[in-house]
Amino acid sequence: MDKTQNNKAWFLVLPVLVLVAFSAVLPLMTVVNYAFNDTFGNNEFFWAGLEWFEDMVTSDRLHDALGRQILFSAIILTIQVPLGIFIALNMPKKGFWASLVLILMALPLLIPFNVVGTIWQIFGRVDIGLLGHTLAALGIDYNYTNDPIDAWITVVVMDVWHWTSLVALLCYAGLQSIPQAYYQAAKIDQATRWSVFRYIELPKMKGVLLIAVLLRFMDSFMIYTEPFVVTGGGPGNSTTFLSIDLAKMATGQFDLGPAAAFSLMYFCVILLISWVFYTVMTNLDREENR
Amino acid sequence: MSRITLSNLAHSYLPQPKSDADFALKEMDHVWDDGGAYALLGASGCGKTTLLNIISGLVRPSQGRVLFGDRDVTDAETTERNIAQVFQFPVVYDTMTVRQNLAFPLRNRGMDPAYIARRIEQIAAMIGMEAMLDKKARGLTADAKQKISLGRGMVREDVNAILFDEPLTVIDPHMKWELRTQLKSLHREFGHTMIYVTHDQTEALTFADKVVVMHEGRVVQMGTPEELFETPAHTFVGYFIGSPGMNLFDAEVSGAEARLGGVSVPLGAVYGPTSGRTQIGIRPEYVTLSDQGLPVTVKRVEDVGRHRILRAELGGQPLNAILGEGMAIPADPRVTFAPARVNVYANDWRIAPQAAGRGA
Repeated sequence: MDKTQNNKAWFLVLPVLVLVAFSAVLPLMTVVNYAFNDTFGNNEFFWAGLEWFEDMVTSDRLHDALGRQILFSAIILTIQVPLGIFIALNMPKKGFWASLVLILMALPLLIPFNVVGTIWQIFGRVDIGLLGHTLAALGIDYNYTNDPIDAWITVVVMDVWHWTSLVALLCYAGLQSIPQAYYQAAKIDQATRWSVFRYIELPKMKGVLLIAVLLRFMDSFMIYTEPFVVTGGGPGNSTTFLSIDLAKMATGQFDLGPAAAFSLMYFCVILLISWVFYTVMTNLDREENR
Repeated sequence: MSRITLSNLAHSYLPQPKSDADFALKEMDHVWDDGGAYALLGASGCGKTTLLNIISGLVRPSQGRVLFGDRDVTDAETTERNIAQVFQFPVVYDTMTVRQNLAFPLRNRGMDPAYIARRIEQIAAMIGMEAMLDKKARGLTADAKQKISLGRGMVREDVNAILFDEPLTVIDPHMKWELRTQLKSLHREFGHTMIYVTHDQTEALTFADKVVVMHEGRVVQMGTPEELFETPAHTFVGYFIGSPGMNLFDAEVSGAEARLGGVSVPLGAVYGPTSGRTQIGIRPEYVTLSDQGLPVTVKRVEDVGRHRILRAELGGQPLNAILGEGMAIPADPRVTFAPARVNVYANDWRIAPQAAGRGA
């Protein structure tokens, strides 16, 4: 039997297309426009071809920022994912304490990014901040405004504080979906704690863990507000991540062409890495089903 | 393998139980013989699973002790008890193959790999899954998964007991019969103590040497299938075992005679004075339809194949009787009870006769 073809159904997608066009596609197209042209204002554009892209691809500045960015995301993921799983495993499963811990865990996620930055900016200050002052009193030489290592530690700890909850809560949801019978069966089978984690908890958490890793990767790869508020990208360029560098270029120096070319490449990189993550992890899943 | 003793055992899921009703398991003292095949029979929510989980150590009883042989295991962890349990719904380790699933309990005990490989082959043959050993467990059907669970339960040879918690619920009927036969032959071969929880009396009666009937958190009777059939210790046993269950009538009992709404019914034995609600119970199999005896009102006759069931009323109370093949219903239907088969109950518990009576 032939299927009825009714292409009019496509019209139903039209409203969404229009909305997305105005909210995402058109602004993106102006970026594309800037990326391939040079302008001195006045709405006058001169064709620049791939010049800006060539500039950016060979720019040491961009390479450094990219390196720092990859390092940052890698550190964040290696800390937050295991730590989040560990916290989720140890959270109470029900009752008053479960609710309390859930609220406490959710709190950091509810704080606006710039407020998180401000909190840590003050918290870490050697003169008035609780953390900075205490460390100084203990005789530890800590100053995030002077020392690149200290600045990195501060930014990483802040991000861990801010976002580990997300991983923990997602894993917790995964763990809660495991029926009690599985734990009972594992006891009957005399499984060790590690076996229970490896063969029961981890497989059940895998789905949410994939989402957690993706979200944490994308978020950390485009991190801007918190490090900007705390360190402003310094000292020197040591905490200047990609988006901070991009903002400096676009709004600080008004180099709209290079900035546009830069953001397009940045966008593609995130898209590419996310796609790789997703494909690898869903393929692992499929292989197991075989 | 060892004898299991439940001493003074009771359990409540509430932290501070006040009345009897707060207890999921009422106080009990029982000994389960080493190597016995037991069926734990009862309606849903009567405490069967609680009792099973207490034996396996998944639940700690609020009072009393559990002994394996002479060893007090009340505070021992499940892992220390070395016991196998199969749950109602399949539990498989998704990421493992069927073979790894079956090997898991043996691996955890650090058994010799050559032995494990041999043992897996035996178990796979028993549950009929030789061909699927290297498949991932997660993609299998529910009954294949349950067979894996059963296999995991049986794979250890040195367990103290194997507990089955309604294990065949998700298995299709044909396979059910076959697996039950397998369990039975496994029991004969290895002599493990087996406790089989079910709410299906056919399953219980075919599997077990001894059937334990539970009702509202209490073990009301522990006996052979014959004992449960002939002398139910509690009206619940009478009603729950048998199809249809035992007929029960309010009556006054004195000596070897019961009075049922003014009509006399001879009993097989002499009974002392009773107190509380007195009932007599008679199995439908021992009710004879004739033209003399107690007058009944026939409601309908059901043909169930091998025999017919007469549904009637006697003095306003329902009565069931098994009719022989081709038996006609008289115009003025009356029934008689086989006197030796009549049991007397006071407040739902069977009372033992004092002496043999006329009809015995």
